[in-house]
Amino acid sequence: MKCADFQYHRPESLAQALRLLNETNDACLLAGGQSLVPLMNFRLASPKNLIDLNHINELNHIKIVGQNLHIGAMTRQRSLEYSNLIQEHLPVLKTALLQVGHRQTRNRGTIGGSLCHLDPSAELVAICALTDAIMNTCSLQGRRQITSSNWALGLMTNALHQGEILEYISIPINEPSHGHAYVEYARRHGDFAIVAVGTRLWLGLDQKISKASIVLSGISQSPIRLKIAEIALQGVKPNESTWQQAAQLAQQIPAMQDEQITSEYRQHLARILTYRSLESAYQMALSSPRAQA
Amino acid sequence: MNNNQTLSLTVNGVNHVREVPSRMNLVDFLRNELKLTGSHVGCEHGVCGACTVLVDGLSVRACLMFAVQAEGCNVTTVEGLANADGSLSPLQAAFHEHHGLQCGFCTPGMLMTLQELLQEGKMPSEDEVRERLSGNLCRCTGYEGIVQAALEVLNRHPSAGRDQ
Repeated sequence: MKCADFQYHRPESLAQALRLLNETNDACLLAGGQSLVPLMNFRLASPKNLIDLNHINELNHIKIVGQNLHIGAMTRQRSLEYSNLIQEHLPVLKTALLQVGHRQTRNRGTIGGSLCHLDPSAELVAICALTDAIMNTCSLQGRRQITSSNWALGLMTNALHQGEILEYISIPINEPSHGHAYVEYARRHGDFAIVAVGTRLWLGLDQKISKASIVLSGISQSPIRLKIAEIALQGVKPNESTWQQAAQLAQQIPAMQDEQITSEYRQHLARILTYRSLESAYQMALSSPRAQA
Repeated sequence: MNNNQTLSLTVNGVNHVREVPSRMNLVDFLRNELKLTGSHVGCEHGVCGACTVLVDGLSVRACLMFAVQAEGCNVTTVEGLANADGSLSPLQAAFHEHHGLQCGFCTPGMLMTLQELLQEGKMPSEDEVRERLSGNLCRCTGYEGIVQAALEVLNRHPSAGRDQ
């Protein structure tokens, strides 16, 4: 279908975009367009005004600021995929990114667009939850920080106020993990995952886990951190039953269901994928030169 | 329909300046305004890949980009692949040779996706070719001929597409 008519705006600075957002009624922000444009073509979204953020250079950057990686909201997924900074400081992001859509959609899609659209199984949303990212927003009233745990208010509903724009994402990199994994199950490569599990592991002495971070997506309306397993894994030298126990904890989380996929099946996937994600991250950690012997 | 914009862009090396409705997507602009009907409109929501074109050298879904967003851009469509004398590009010739098409609906998108890969100048494995083609659906061939054609060209002429 063809989308409804709208007035097109092309601001060239964040200040200009904020003014436009404030002055126009029924406006939508256009990032990479890989989710919004399908919604508009289906006429699930018919904004009267479309504010195109693609020409705002200040929203497009990947840089290190102190102990954090700052990623501009309009940084394209392709730029993240090929970034040396991401590869070096946040390799789990790249692992996840290679499972986001296809080459053609990553050439246009942005991290900010993905975070604001908030699909329940979106990889980039899960990675932000996994890495304790902070969303930095901007409005005419000033700037605000929102933690990833407060970012989703509900199904596909982000925490932005009216008149507010996501400016950049800040991810702590002071403590690089020793092993990571991002495993998902989708019907076809590049499709939306049904369930995905991301893991980061840190090793201490004697190959014991000193810290773990685990995120499940596709289970609930937004990604869930498996805190109970993260705590249980601390100080443990894992074996097969360790992963099985953590996987059981993942399976116990109530899962959503729809016409095609039952909650039982999602919980089954949560168990299997948690096991694989943990095992794979641990294997990587064991061979990491940074992990202590 | 009064939300028109002036659009100036280059398509297959030719400059165009047109008045277009803001809501017109890039593939409809190419087909209906420029009469370049090689790019196909399949699903109109970014799943099938039939509308794939190159914008500033990168493959995009032309149904998920508004024409006005291509302001100042350099667009290449399937019509831009063949040589000036009408002879086929290496990828097109290999598709012909390996039966890389039956109905032909997906072919323009397949070719543009592979053209981007060709321009990267790598020698990809079969897995890499299949991964790259995962964003383009074909309902006839079962992909075998397409993958064979792609592998032959990408591994025979690592730099064949760079000058285009």
